[in-house]
Order: sequence, then structure tokens, then C-alpha cells
Amino acid sequence: MKTIDFSTSTVRDLNQALHDQVKNLEEREWVVMHPNGAHNLAVGVNEAVSVDIQGHAGYYCAGMNQKASVTVHGNVGVGCAENMMSGYVRVKGSASQAAGATAHGGLLVIEGDAGARCGISMKGIDIVVGGSIGHMSCFMGQAGRLVVCGDAGDALGDSLYETKIFVKGKVESLGSDCIEKEMRAEHIEELQELLNRTGFNEKASDFKRYGSARQLYNFKVDNASAY
Amino acid sequence: MSEKTPPVLRESATFDRLTIQEIQRAAETGIYDIRGGGTKRKLPHFDDLLLLGASVSRYPLEGYREKCGTDVILGNRFAKKPIHLKIPVTIAGMSFGALSANAKEALGRGATIAGTSTTTGDGGMTPEERGQSQHLVYQYLPSRYGMNPDDLRKADAIEIVLGQGAKPGGGGMLLGMKVTERVAGMRTLPIGVDQRSACRHPDWTGPDDLAIKIAEIREITDWEKPIYVKIGASRPYYDVKLAVKAGADVIVLDGMQGGTAATQEVFIEHVGIPILPAIPQAVQALQEMGMHRKVQLIVSGGIRNGADVAKAMALGADAVAIGTAALIALGDNHPRLDEELKKIGSAAGFYDDWQNGRDPAGITTQDPELSKRLDPIEGGRRLANYLRVLVLEAQTMARACGKSHLHNLDPEDLVALTVESAAMARVPLAGTSWIPGKQY
Repeated sequence: MKTIDFSTSTVRDLNQALHDQVKNLEEREWVVMHPNGAHNLAVGVNEAVSVDIQGHAGYYCAGMNQKASVTVHGNVGVGCAENMMSGYVRVKGSASQAAGATAHGGLLVIEGDAGARCGISMKGIDIVVGGSIGHMSCFMGQAGRLVVCGDAGDALGDSLYETKIFVKGKVESLGSDCIEKEMRAEHIEELQELLNRTGFNEKASDFKRYGSARQLYNFKVDNASAY
Repeated sequence: MSEKTPPVLRESATFDRLTIQEIQRAAETGIYDIRGGGTKRKLPHFDDLLLLGASVSRYPLEGYREKCGTDVILGNRFAKKPIHLKIPVTIAGMSFGALSANAKEALGRGATIAGTSTTTGDGGMTPEERGQSQHLVYQYLPSRYGMNPDDLRKADAIEIVLGQGAKPGGGGMLLGMKVTERVAGMRTLPIGVDQRSACRHPDWTGPDDLAIKIAEIREITDWEKPIYVKIGASRPYYDVKLAVKAGADVIVLDGMQGGTAATQEVFIEHVGIPILPAIPQAVQALQEMGMHRKVQLIVSGGIRNGADVAKAMALGADAVAIGTAALIALGDNHPRLDEELKKIGSAAGFYDDWQNGRDPAGITTQDPELSKRLDPIEGGRRLANYLRVLVLEAQTMARACGKSHLHNLDPEDLVALTVESAAMARVPLAGTSWIPGKQY
């Protein structure tokens, strides 16, 4: 196990060391001590390593992650796991806005709450939030699944493409072209499998499903007020 | 004998035929007009400036014998691997999706032959483009369509796009007829949707956030790649200062004459400012920060010939970028297409429906049959020829001004033909020492 302590090391030291694992894999387990909310921790990692961040992280923690498993024992700032391609990111605390933004793949688990725009423009990632999410979440969501065990704020799923959204609690309001859809057996099955992977003790049948009405996919005069 | 004077029909300056037609079109369809290209209105431009050739006080260089350098280094502020181009004319960002794969390949081929860079666009990087481009700039746009770290690492530079001259403040669109299986796959979208691109980035909201975003991209790429920030010209003085403070290596400034693949006509014609007044504002911002020539300035929006290149550089740009002109060099709006263009309601020299995918030149289309019409090798050759002419023309003018490198051109080599252009470009009105707003 390799320990990087931010009382003596920098973000650059950490990221360079993690990137170097692609050329020469020397260590699979990494621990970051005293992160103190630093930005850009473990970004652009492209190897199946595990990174344990012992504290709070700032913006873009685990941004563009590929293959790695990153756990944050604290809260995270804006854009956690933004544009992640694959791998696993788990936040023990809460996340600021734009968690999982534009991410293509992998799994992001937030045990606490997530701020506004959670999953904005998501392109295939699975995001599971143990608490509630803020307004405009999943705006222009293209693919993947957003699961919320608490409540969702205003304008959920506005201008949605093909992301599937599951919410257990109250939805403040739905955005343009986002509608509630029937929760069929196959949806309960796939959601339960995802929930089980996260370790959350939730029943998929308690959730409601939301998706795109697909009415705004092509510009029509009659929909002008919705744009 | 009394002969009646034939009646003269008087056209309204306010409600001219074009305006009347647009009102009628709006009344019939209920939707705004969307088109490609840049603004078509007459604007203060480089044509309103003249270069002052050498005289008794200035010694010219021998036209074809004495060296006039053209190279430019971009991104040496922070990047470990700055880009060194042979010529200061780059190819602006245009997406695969808006353009055919053959067109993107042709742009890469032409740029590489001429020793310059080309740029991706919304929708990601294609293998054709990467394969044929010696220097490829990878755009980082609000939509992040096709954005991935593998391509980020393959790029030679990264351009964070905040705006575009044709539509500063506006998002993008790619109409369904161009969202084919390949385009949709690259963008993770359903085939045939009218694709919308967000107007602002999803995970940052202001200049302080931009600084962290730039730092993130530098971290991901191990500080190797130059980071450009592209701005649509509206408030360039402030935008340039904020972008430089946020850590940009290069500023790309696009005036309202810059083209687009598809935007509302009213947006193209009424938002933003021309490149002429934008350059001095950007240069002032850089000079005040002590960053002129340290953070390089690339300008675009209506660059057509070597005179435009020389004038832009005399105003303080380090390089220029071309988009519309590059497409014309490939074959867009060619006279041989006139009959076909007439069949789709246009004509050679007027065609701007780049949004609908029916381009008979095979450039602004995803139709496989139309796309085949553009030979990327021949297109690349034509573009390289055009780029060579731009540079030869600019060198000719620089030598006449006594300059051994295009970067040695400066505002003292310029005068303006109109009061407006003198005020905007901050150079004297020809025959006077008057710079409106500066000297009296």
C-alpha cells in the first residue's frame, strides 16, 4: 500500500504517480492522507488501482476516471467523477453540484446528498445517491441510470434524452419532456441489482421511474413554449 | 406634347425585400430561420484598413530574396509540449457531424501539408482527422459530446470553448438529418434527433471555476498540452483578462463574421461584435497583464486573404484561424455546383443551408453519396494551396513594411479608411494622426 500525505506532497505528485501506474504497475492500493479539500484529486487515472481519500475532496475528484476505484471518506466539491468512463467512485459524505456530469460509464455512489445538476448531461454512468438531489438534476441526460433514495429538486430530467431515472421520495417538479413511466418487472429487477451492488438496503419496488417523453427530440412549432 | 414619366417603385429602407420576405416566412412557418455561415451584413472589417509600405523612414525587404519568417509557437506559458507551427494560419474548430468525415480528413491533410494545426469540434475526434493531422487541437465544449480522456491524451492541444463568434452565449444544434448512426454513436444520442448543445459548461460557472477546470485538464494530461480558451467576441477585454488569470496558454478570439454549422439567422446577425474592434481590446488586456506574446492570441472571423492575415497580426494577433474560407477552398459554393444548388433553392456563392445536410459539395453533409463527392486527398491539396497563398500574400506585405517576420508587423503599419474603423482598430485615420477616442 502506498500512502501520499498532503502535508508533504502535492496534487501533482499524486496524479503523476497514479498516471505512472499505466506504464509500470507498482502498487494497486493507494491512500491519500490530509487531502484538506484539495481540487483535482485522482483525476485521469487509467489503471485498476484503488485510491482511498481520507478526508474531504474539492472540485473534480476522480474526474475522467478509467478503471480505478476511488473512495472519499468525506464530502466532495463540484463535478465529482465528471466524465468518468469506467470504474467506481464512492463518496461517504455528500457531493456538491454536477456530480457525475457528462460521465460515460462506471458507477458513482454518493452515500449522503448531492447538490444541483447531479448527473447533468450524463452519457452512460450509473449514479446512486443515498440521500436527496438538488434542482435541474439529469438535465439533458443522455444515457445511464440515476437512482435517488431520497427526494429530487425542481425540474428533474429537463430536456432528457435516454437516461433512466428512479426516485424513491418526492420529486419537486419534472422538467420539460420528463414524465413518470410505468415501473415494470424488468425495471424492478435491474434497479434491485444496481441497489444491491451499492450496499444500500432499499427495495426497488418502492421507487418510481421517470424518463423522456421524447416529444422534444425534433423541433416542432407546437412545442415552442417548451424550449 | 405631354409624356408621362414612368413610375419609379421606391423600396423601403426599413422594410426592404429581404425583411418583407422574412416576415412572410415567419408568418407561414412559425419558427425562426436556421442557417450556416457567418453574418452577411456589411461590417467594419480589415478592408477598412490599409498597410503603410516602406518609405524614406522605413526600409523594405527584398520581395523574394530576404527572409520573412512565418512560424509561431503556441502554448509555451505552462505546457511542457507547446506547438510549433510553420505558418500562423490555423484551421478553426468544425465538428464531424457538421462536416463529413471526408471534409474533416481533407482539413487535416491540408493543414499538415502547410505545416499548421486543425481542430476538432462538438462531437469528438475521428480517427480520420487524428490520423491525417500532424497538429490536432481537441475542443472541450459544454456538451462534452464524444469527450474522453484517451482522445485528450492523443491531442496536441486542448481548446476549452466558451463561445463562438457567430453565437456568443448560444448553444449549438445539429439537425436530425445529420445525426446519422455514426454521429449519434459518437455523441451517445438517438439517431435522427435534433441534437442540442448546451450553451454553458455543465460543471463550472465562472472564472474562478474555470481556473480549477484548466488545472484539472492539465493534471489529466500531466501538464504536457497547451490549453487554449476560445471566446466569442462580445466583451473581449474582460474575457481575455479572466481567461488569462484562469491560466490559459492561448486565447482564441472569434469575431461575429465567424461561421457556424447551424444557428438562428437572427442570432448570427445581431449578437457579438466584429473581429476588428475585438482584437485591440484583447491586445490591450494582454498588454496590461504583461502577457502579450506570452499568452498567444489567435483571431478568427472573416479571414479571407493574406492582407487580412497581415492586418490581424499587425493589430497584435500571434496567429489567425480560418473556417469558412477553408470550406470554400475545399469546394464549398463552387460554380460547378450552381445547377444543383439552384434545385435546392440556392446558387453558387449564396449557399448557406449547411444545417440541412444536402450540400452537393459533400462537405456539410452526412449523406454517404454526397460525402463521396469530396476526395479528401484533392481537398487537402486545395486547402494547402490556399494556405500557401495566404502566407505568401502576408509575407509580401510584411516585407514591403520592412518586417523580417510576420510577428514584427505592428499597429504603426496600419491606417484606417473610415472614422469608425479608426476608432475600432485604434489606428489613425489615413492621412491624419487622429485616432478617434485616443488622440485629438
